[in-house]
Amino acid sequence: MALLSKKDRGLILDPLADNNPITIQVLGICSALAITAQLKASIVMALSVVFVLAVGNVVISLMRNIIPSKIRIIVQLVVVAALVIIVDQVLKAFAYELSKTLSVFVGLIITNCIIMGRFEAFALGNGPYRSFLDGIGNAAGYGLILIIVGFFRELLGSGTLLGFKVLGDPIAKTGLYAIGYENNGFMLLSPMALIVVGIIIWVQRSRNKELIEEN
Amino acid sequence: MEHVELFFKSIFIDNMVFATFLGMCSYLAVSKKVSTAVGLGAAVIFVLAVTVPMNWLLDQYVLRPGALTWLGPEYADYDLSFLSFILFIATIATMVQLVEIVVEKFAPSLYNSLGIFLPLIAVNCAILGGSLFMQSRDIQTLGLAFNYGLASGIGWFLAILAIAAIREKIRYSNVPAPLRGLGITFIITGLMAIGFMSFGGMLTGGEEKTETTDEVAKVEVQSQDTTEEDESLAEVSQEINNK
Repeated sequence: MALLSKKDRGLILDPLADNNPITIQVLGICSALAITAQLKASIVMALSVVFVLAVGNVVISLMRNIIPSKIRIIVQLVVVAALVIIVDQVLKAFAYELSKTLSVFVGLIITNCIIMGRFEAFALGNGPYRSFLDGIGNAAGYGLILIIVGFFRELLGSGTLLGFKVLGDPIAKTGLYAIGYENNGFMLLSPMALIVVGIIIWVQRSRNKELIEEN
Repeated sequence: MEHVELFFKSIFIDNMVFATFLGMCSYLAVSKKVSTAVGLGAAVIFVLAVTVPMNWLLDQYVLRPGALTWLGPEYADYDLSFLSFILFIATIATMVQLVEIVVEKFAPSLYNSLGIFLPLIAVNCAILGGSLFMQSRDIQTLGLAFNYGLASGIGWFLAILAIAAIREKIRYSNVPAPLRGLGITFIITGLMAIGFMSFGGMLTGGEEKTETTDEVAKVEVQSQDTTEEDESLAEVSQEINNK
């Protein structure tokens, strides 16, 4: 990590745990919940957000001195929308099935509060290199939660990971299924994503008492 | 008939918050007090009811494949649908700016209590989500688009009202310390979403029947719908009264 000073390293590492965008800053919840029934969709979504946030942060940071503050929201939306169109077209070209699964949620990256939140809070006041690191860090913190939720929902809900049957075959009764294990189909329903995130928050805050809210 | 069905379907079955998790950020952040929740909910209803029909017109006459034929037959091959994100969000941002000016002028106290969240309606996923779902569900007429926007807004309003009422009450309960605030709100929302899933069977129940019974079933479902709505409204207002 000789490349990064201690302060810069904080930019990347803080959002992964103690300043996580989803569980602490409460940003970018919508997409975190809707597309996490499969691990693969979660990973693709996480990568898309890393791309959009890192590049967007750099662009906004480069333009921060020439954007009139009255219309900055519209400027930010245009930048994000352009980046999201790129992601959407790339997904449609190279992973058509997946882009069908993600459906409107790729488009909803535009209104993902995490993007606007970081633009407002960081990129408008910092240089491009640090904004880039901040973008990577926050998007990675977001992706981390997405992947954790996706992992548990796919594992417990359909007994697979990335489509591989890691717990055995439910029809041929091999592996865990031989001793009477059953998939919990409830995990595939969307409300369970909320409850899984709730449990992640619970675990995180009981490990770090400073994060506990008054009420 | 079509209108009534779409109206109740968008409020209860495809509820923005509980079925598609749109607008969760402001839903979580502004639901601490019932009064602010009502203000934001009303703003969302208004913005959705205006932007969805506007974006429907855009989609119909500019964006979709072949939409530009009104300019002349040589434009029939153009497909601008890849521009829909950027045009939809521009419409929304403009409308939100307008709402902000109107609210600041006529309801300054509401404006102050909404604070940062009014401009953030522009980036509320519920608003863009409404337009994108309108596009992907292929809504046929302008009237239906308006209906869809209005009903989705009302669904979102009900959801934020309910959670705000619950959060005002839960302050007096003994929640485990690490779950306080955000954690318990997530879990309550999850449970409410499971509750809302029970609405799911109401309109799809009639689909397998034959044409003639289908009509009867629909009417039945609608009367059921209205009573359900009354019940949940009564519940919510009771919750408010209780505080």
